Amino acid sequence: MSVDLGLSADQEAIADLFGGFFANESPTTVARAAEPFGFDAELWAKVIELGAPGMGTAVEHGGGGASLSDLVVVAEAFGKAIAPIPLLEHLAAALVLTDADVVSGETIATLAVRPADANGVWRLVPSGAVASVVVGIDGSELVAVRSAAPMVAPRNHASAPLADRSAREGERVVLGAAGDFAPVLDRWKVLTAAALVGVADAAMALGVRYVMEREQFGVPVGSFQAVQHGLADLPVMIDGGRLLTHKAAWAIDSGDAGINDWQLNDITDGSTLASMAYVFTTDGAALATDRSLHYHGGYGFSEEYDIQLYYRRARGWSLVLDDPSVECLNLADRLFGAREA
Amino acid sequence: MDFSLSEETLEFRQTIRDIVKRTVTTDVIDRMHTSGTFASPELNAELGRHGFFERAVPGLGKGDPIELWVLFNELEKAGAPYDGPAVALMIAGVVNALGTDEQKARIMPSIISGEAMVAMGYSEADYGSDVASIKTRAVKDGDEWVINGSKMWTTMAQAAKWLILLTRTDLDLPKHKGLTMFLLPMDTPGITVEPVHTLGTEVTNATYFDDVRVGDEAVLGGVNNGWRTMTTVLAFERGVMGGSNAAVPLLRHFHDWAASMGLLNSDVVRERLARSVIDMQVAALLTQRSAWIAASGGMPGLEGSMTKVFAAEAYQRISKWCQQMAGPAGLLQFHEEGAAGEGFVEYDARHSPVVTIYGGTTEINRNNIAERHLGLPKSR
Repeated sequence: MSVDLGLSADQEAIADLFGGFFANESPTTVARAAEPFGFDAELWAKVIELGAPGMGTAVEHGGGGASLSDLVVVAEAFGKAIAPIPLLEHLAAALVLTDADVVSGETIATLAVRPADANGVWRLVPSGAVASVVVGIDGSELVAVRSAAPMVAPRNHASAPLADRSAREGERVVLGAAGDFAPVLDRWKVLTAAALVGVADAAMALGVRYVMEREQFGVPVGSFQAVQHGLADLPVMIDGGRLLTHKAAWAIDSGDAGINDWQLNDITDGSTLASMAYVFTTDGAALATDRSLHYHGGYGFSEEYDIQLYYRRARGWSLVLDDPSVECLNLADRLFGAREA
Repeated sequence: MDFSLSEETLEFRQTIRDIVKRTVTTDVIDRMHTSGTFASPELNAELGRHGFFERAVPGLGKGDPIELWVLFNELEKAGAPYDGPAVALMIAGVVNALGTDEQKARIMPSIISGEAMVAMGYSEADYGSDVASIKTRAVKDGDEWVINGSKMWTTMAQAAKWLILLTRTDLDLPKHKGLTMFLLPMDTPGITVEPVHTLGTEVTNATYFDDVRVGDEAVLGGVNNGWRTMTTVLAFERGVMGGSNAAVPLLRHFHDWAASMGLLNSDVVRERLARSVIDMQVAALLTQRSAWIAASGGMPGLEGSMTKVFAAEAYQRISKWCQQMAGPAGLLQFHEEGAAGEGFVEYDARHSPVVTIYGGTTEINRNNIAERHLGLPKSR
């Protein structure tokens, strides 16, 4: 028990395995081909072969027993590849679902990140268009609802398979009280943060590669200091986001209550760190994709270049929850206490 | 990744917190802001007496190297005067890494006891970011070196026992190669110190050298090897030792004032405070990473540049927010009635501009990141 900010040997192996898998099986042509719906069933079948959907489920339920810290490594590789599969939502929902078909991934599960409305409808559920099981809050209850995946999504910024889903129609199981959803949502925030780190990292790499290829005034545009300094802001947002995300996963994996002493900057509470990681990586992914797109010049604005794929997902993957400012206000309640009446 | 501190380090941290509570009184902070000397003899002596400086000297190996980070992070978060001991320990680390046995025996005890401060003489009036072009000369004369020239921004020279001094020893070699670092007593004849008053109340100095004579025992890290010595210093300076959580005490001051004024119900205030806490947490993690790299035997030069750019700009953003959110009360200085955060809001707005300048400007650090991390061509 002392500070070690490197990946464990197991995590290095996971990074190699999934990094290699996504590089081979999900180059950006796969994400493009899956647009606008945003789902590739063949790719999902391949991650089932890898055992990824049940990776985080306990061994006694037939899963891989991986820690959230391990899943963070998977999620970053997934984000880098902008893979068109519902892996993050499935991994988060699987925390409270132990059905064999979910653990294997044959049945796709997701989570409604916001509570159902008065009519019992979950609006714009991430991966809701392809999932047959949705976990979420309906009134005072945490429920799992099985119903046919609609397989159709409204056209959207991120080409994500979003859908409205009913919290009442279908095979409805009460899993617990609404408050029991918090760990599921925390897990999703951490995995989303990790994926956004991957998005930012890939976007930065695209930008750096492009500015070294593209020449103006007889030299690569990457030799201009104005361009260099804009890109130099990105590694720290990526590394900072990665450290914060891993700290959140470490805190959640530890199972300890943790503390929230912002006055001494001593924060080890998993939920707080999950929220912080989500906000910070949302900013990091937005900045990395903004800058990288901009340094592509006009080509960055064209559909032909890949940076636009990352630009849209950087926004889409985080906005499905809410305005990050709202998350900041929730965070403020945790840190400073609720408002005075 | 494991973010937990060992039991030993937690004890170390708790003792530092206790010492700070005991020695860093309101009077001490007041004195720091009126005298312009950011060091407290009481605090330093107490930390030295506990053997904490000895444990924390980079590379000396008396304690877990992560303790270097813990020590300065605690001092910074407490708002304690830490610039003096930070520089001293950084130089102790360099002496430990590059000094001769004789230098270690002569210099180290005074630093690790907490008694001796060190002033840094690198920049000159005409050479700041381009520090490798400095003109201060050291010329060999028999067994002695004769030093002539002047240095700028020699912070702590008014109180220091030692001076680390970058000189040009060979005019024929390329600019990075003809430099030699000296470490000499501040009371060596021929040295004159003139104060330079700053926006952030800390007094720095201009220091003049008029036929200053020292022997070979003052050469640190080898003749014409000064640039390597310099990069060793900078790797320690950027991020590991304080300079990353400056906004933590400000946030406490601002928060308490805002609470007393009923401002904590504002969405804008709440969001900005939450974002500020996130940034301070990230800055701490980046610094911790540098410390961990150093602890694992590496040299966190590039990571230090990244940390410095982020932490410095976060502190500036937060101090700007706090002053704006305080309105006119954010204009009032220490001891004025109604001053936001007991005057710290105004003080930090004055102090924060320096952090993107000293220890390598953000532009120099961005050059570093662009060239060494992103592999982009040298742009100057």
